[in-house]
Amino acid sequence: MIYEVFRQERKGQAFQHAGSIGAPNQEFAEVYAREQYGRRQESTALWLVPRDAIDELDDFVDELGRTYHRVDGYSLKAKLKEARERAAARAG
Amino acid sequence: MNELLLELADDEFVIGWRDSEWTGIAPVLEEDVAFSSIAQNEIGHARALYELVARDLGTTADELAFDRPPEEYRCSALVALRLVPDWARTIARRYLYEQADERRLAKLKASDDPEVAGVAEKIDREEAYHRMHAQMWFDRLRDEPRFVEALEELRPLVDQRPAELGELWEEMTSVRRSVAGATW
Repeated sequence: MIYEVFRQERKGQAFQHAGSIGAPNQEFAEVYAREQYGRRQESTALWLVPRDAIDELDDFVDELGRTYHRVDGYSLKAKLKEARERAAARAG
Repeated sequence: MNELLLELADDEFVIGWRDSEWTGIAPVLEEDVAFSSIAQNEIGHARALYELVARDLGTTADELAFDRPPEEYRCSALVALRLVPDWARTIARRYLYEQADERRLAKLKASDDPEVAGVAEKIDREEAYHRMHAQMWFDRLRDEPRFVEALEELRPLVDQRPAELGELWEEMTSVRRSVAGATW
C-alpha cells in the first residue's frame, strides 16, 4: 500500500504534500511516517492518506480558450488607461 | 546506582550498535530508515547515561563507552548477539528488549535522584516510539513460527549478564585502540 503524507510545519499553516511511503497497513504507515517526517521536529502534524482514497481530477478542458474565466485572462491595463484619460479630459 | 546506570547504558549502546548493522540492508526501505533511526536513538540514550555516570566518576562518556576492558561491560547476552541477516530474530530481540527496558526505565523514573529521573523521563519519551514499532511488528509476526521460536529462544537471554563480548568488543573499540594515547 502506498500512503501519501502531508505535513504541517507550524500550527495554523496549510498542510503540504511531503512525500509518500510504502507500508503493509495503516499501523506500519503511521510508524514510518513519524520516523520520516516527524522525528526531527520538522512537523507539528501529519496527514496520512492511503493513495487509493485520493480522488484525482485532471481532465480539464478549455476547447474554446475562454481565458476571460481566469483572473489573468482579461487585461485591464489598457482599459484603465483609457478610462483615466477620459476622466482627465472631462475634468480638464 | 552507577552499576545500574552502566548496565542500562551498555545495553543501549550495544543494541544500538547491533541494530545499526541493518542500515542499508533492512527488508524494505521505509523499515531501513525507521530501524536505523531507532538504532541511533539507542546510542544517544547510551551517551546520556554514560555522561551521567562519567560526571560522577570523573571520566568521560567516550572513555566509558570505548576504553573499558571487555569484562567490565554489563550488557546482557541478548543485545550482544549478532543477528544479521535474520529479521525474525532481530524483531524478537527488539520486542523482548523494549519490554524489559520499559520496566527498568519505570524504576529509574521513580528515582530519588532528580538527574537520573530526568534522563530516564527523556529516554522513555523516545522509547514510546520504539515500543510502538516493536508492537506493530509483533502483531504482524505473532503467527509466524520462526518468530515465535525466536522469542522462546531469546527470552532467557534478557537477564543473562554480563555477556561474552569477544569479537564485538574488538570491533567496537578498535578505532580508539588504534591510536594509543590520542585525545579525540
